[in-house]
Amino acid sequence: MLITCPYCGPRDVIEFTYQGDGNRERPDPASQNFEAWNAYVYDRLNPAGDHNEIWQHSGGCRAHLKVVRNTLTHEISSVAFVRGDHGRGDHGSAARRKAEDKA
Amino acid sequence: MVERQSPLEPEFHVGSHGNFEHGVEIILTETRPGSIVQLAAWPGEEKKLIAAIRAVTGLALPDGAGGGLSDGVKSVFGFAPGKFTVADEAEGLATAFAKVVTPAIGTITDLSHGRTTIRIAGPKAEWVLAKFFAIDFALPAFPVGAGRSTTHHDIFAQVQRTGADQFDIYVFRSFARSFWKALCHASEEVGYEVQ
Repeated sequence: MLITCPYCGPRDVIEFTYQGDGNRERPDPASQNFEAWNAYVYDRLNPAGDHNEIWQHSGGCRAHLKVVRNTLTHEISSVAFVRGDHGRGDHGSAARRKAEDKA
Repeated sequence: MVERQSPLEPEFHVGSHGNFEHGVEIILTETRPGSIVQLAAWPGEEKKLIAAIRAVTGLALPDGAGGGLSDGVKSVFGFAPGKFTVADEAEGLATAFAKVVTPAIGTITDLSHGRTTIRIAGPKAEWVLAKFFAIDFALPAFPVGAGRSTTHHDIFAQVQRTGADQFDIYVFRSFARSFWKALCHASEEVGYEVQ
């Protein structure tokens, strides 16, 4: 399986580390909503098809990547930096984004 | 300054080795730069860092991922977004950068004693390196001056192309001897000379 890193170009999957499901929304760390935490930790979509994932190019530029991988064919249909422009972060929880906007 | 010892020394045997009856197709050397630093820009400060690199080294980085250049004395290349490796034959590069790369622009990491630089040159350099690194070494995909951040056997290495058939490989000092031995073994079939 090849993943085309937006910085390094196409690289073998051995250079990458899977960082987990990209669909999860982490609750605010102060949240005591146990259902939200339970969903964050345990609930997975487990689709037979395109799946949003987070990978790190740990054996290359070490950037974190948003990858869409087909779980049936391993086809990678999209790869992007988690930090869109390597400027302001566009990932993480909505709460964090809101906090950044305020700051 | 204290004289720096090479980690390759016990395995560094000058001369021709391997299958060299029909000529030597690989030249292996240790370039031993006086300074190796890594620079990282904070998000949005990349242009200022590139300007600082130009001010200190006189090298104007080309645009694009992994872009770089070398004038034979100093070398620079990008190895990750906003991050650059700079090497110089002279010592003191980190001190020079500390004067222009302010904490607001980014960080400087002095790796002069942490990396070993091995140069592989010759018509079979691409062939031998392809045994280690799963990247495209063809000249159009990997132009002269450009750098690549990759791994061999799960261990990090940075590779800069410093000539059409010449590459400088930056490896961890503690892994350098092991890598050197592997590189010698991989070069045996084409005949190599250690200089």
